[in-house]
Order: sequence, then C-alpha cells, then structure tokens
Amino acid sequence: MNDTRDVIIIGSGPAGLTAAIYTARANMAPLVIEGEPSSTSDQPGGQLMLTTDVENFPGFPEGIMGPELMSNFRSQASRFGAEFITAKVTSVDFSERPFTIEVGETSYKSHTVIVSTGAQSLMLGLPNEDRLIGHGLSTCATCDGFFFRDQEIAVVGGGDSAVEEATFLTKFASKVYLVHRRDELRASKIMCQRAFDNPKIEILWNTQVAEIQGEGKLSGVILKDTLTEATRSLPVDGLFIAIGHRPNTDLFKGHLELKENGYLVTEPSSSLTKVPGVFACGDVQDDYYRQAITAAGSGCMAAIDAERWLEEHPS
Amino acid sequence: MAEGITDLDMNSFDETIGSSDTPVLVDFWAEWCGPCKMIAPILEEIAVEQENIKIAKVNVDDSPDLARRYEIMSIPALIVFENGEPAKKLIGAKPKGALLEEIGEFL
Repeated sequence: MNDTRDVIIIGSGPAGLTAAIYTARANMAPLVIEGEPSSTSDQPGGQLMLTTDVENFPGFPEGIMGPELMSNFRSQASRFGAEFITAKVTSVDFSERPFTIEVGETSYKSHTVIVSTGAQSLMLGLPNEDRLIGHGLSTCATCDGFFFRDQEIAVVGGGDSAVEEATFLTKFASKVYLVHRRDELRASKIMCQRAFDNPKIEILWNTQVAEIQGEGKLSGVILKDTLTEATRSLPVDGLFIAIGHRPNTDLFKGHLELKENGYLVTEPSSSLTKVPGVFACGDVQDDYYRQAITAAGSGCMAAIDAERWLEEHPS
Repeated sequence: MAEGITDLDMNSFDETIGSSDTPVLVDFWAEWCGPCKMIAPILEEIAVEQENIKIAKVNVDDSPDLARRYEIMSIPALIVFENGEPAKKLIGAKPKGALLEEIGEFL
C-alpha cells in the first residue's frame, strides 16, 4: 500500500505538466498519471504529440515541434521532482478525503487531485470508420500524410486544425480537398489566407461527408451539399478527419459536474470543481479557448489553487 | 541473450527477414512521427526481454519502397514476419501490455 499523496495529476498535456512543475516546486511531490501510448491524442503529452510545428506558443520565434515542446515540459516537471506513471486511470472516487484513484489493480490516495485529461479527436460517426482507420482514414496528418505522396486526399473540418492539416498535407498530396459544412472557415485569418493561396487546396464549401467507402482500404467518399442535399462521389486515397475534439471526461461521470457537451465545470477564473480538493485545468474544462498556452496557464492556476486549498484544509 | 533492435533498409531487409529462424517484428517509423517515438522505448524493452522474437526498424523516409511494398498507410506500423512472410500487421501506438498481447502467439 503506497502513501497518501498531497497531489495526483491525471493527464500530461500542457495543463497537467504545468501543474506538475508548479506543485513540484511547492514541495507537494506530485504524482502524474500520464496515460498510455496511442495514436490518438489521448496519450502522454496530449494533443501536441500529433502535430509538427507549433508556431503560436509564446517563447519560440522560430516555432517548435509539438513532441519536442511536450518533452521539454515533462523534463522540466521531472527536474523538480514530479513522478510519472505511464498508465491510464481506470476509476476515481471523490466521495471522501483522501480521494482514491485506481490504475488497474493499483489504488492511489491523494489529498488533492488535478484533472487534466484533455480532449481527443471527434470522429464522423459513419459506418466503415473503425474498419478504415489506418487504411486511408486518419485523424493525424503528421502521422500518415507521408503515405499519400502524389495522391488526392480530403480533409474534413473548418477550424485551425483542419486548415493546418490541409496545408501540411500539400507537402505530399497532389491535391487536397478541404470539406467544410458551412460557407466560412472558423480558422484564424492567417491560416485561412494560407489555404486560399495554396494552389493544391480546393475548399468544398457547404459540404459534408455522407459516406466513407472502401474495402481493404479507403477508395473514396460520398459528399452531400448541405444546402441542396445533392450527393456526389469523390474518389480519394486518404481522408483526414479534423472536425474538433471531445473532452476525456467519461471517467468523471457521476463524480464531477459536467456540462451538456461533456466538458468539466469549473468556477469562473479558477480551476475549482464542485468537489472541494479536486481541480480541473486544460481542454477538459475549456470548450472555448483550447490553446496550449491557455491550457498551460490554467495548469498553473490549478497548482496554486491546490496548494492554497491544502494549506487551508490540512489533512 | 536477446539482442537490441536492428535497423533495416532496402539492402538488408530481404536477407535479414528471410534468414531469421525466429519471427521478426518490424517497426515502420519516421523522425517526425510522435506516436512512433512513444513506442520506441517499449520496443527496446521487448527486444531485451523476449528471446523468441527479433525486433527490427525501417525508417520510411529512407526506405519508402519497403513502406509501399507492405502497403503502409499509417505509422507506427508493426508487422510480424514469420518464415519471411508478413503474418500480422498492427497499426498505431499501443501500450506495452496491449502490444505483448497482440504478438503473444509469436513469443
């Protein structure tokens, strides 16, 4: 049986790791349950593990590779004494202090918990998706783009991720269709301009993917016009889904308050959840900003909230 | 004693795979692939711990023909070769336990 910790941090993206740095420096000896390797964004390091250049995180005038940035975060946390377990939390019990966190067969107890489990890619929810993932269907342009050299592919989505992926993919593909269901992109102005200026990108406005087709591998999609309902087929060798994320909050149903869209509820301008002693930071509780820097900022807030709370509520 | 991981390319691949007396797990990877880096230490552990399977790596930037030959469309891709032929293909990063379970029949 292991000792009761002062703080356990669930999740290791920018929010969790910033919380780890701050709580470590506050002598709280954080234990970070960082998740398990996977090819989705639900893994140690979080969403930035699946991207290449991060250009908008302050402090890097030339940009920095996502995995490298997260590796730096982790080293920094480690330097100040944060401990890591490379596993996924399987269940939690916040009904009494100290709180219980189960990782498979092992139970951990902690006086405070910081939840920073982030979000993972949304899928279209169409038949054939599970079967064709990795066989032409992808949620990670940087992982799979390479294999579509000189081929025609499509990217579904209209935000920064979709536009960034489409632009990245033009390095390999002969043509990239950007399929968006409205007539206006959500992406930042600079990203939109890059897409408009790129001769390999063709934006299909007011269009949705109605069907994903292929036997052993993806052969094409059926597109539907959202205004006229007309359908047409588009043969493509690759389809990248970049329509957004859903928060990783399944673990907390019944334990913490969730919004209708699944995001964790925290008190405005703080990381406080409805359970005293449990704090949340990063994308898991942010459905509005969702940036690495805002996640990191909220991780710092969670650490300070946890430290102060522990001082006021000694075990 | 179990060995480390062998790097293979177009020149060494067929020979090494063809002449191996045990199954070979080939890891198709690239420098720019985050999930590939995640599983690298796991594969290193398996290489040391497991006697009955060899681990090898193919960098898809250096050897795109090999990637094409085995229809790799997403990395990391792990292919287990038995008697010189692909016997099982796994796509995507996985934790060590899940990986060992998937290749259990070859160990």
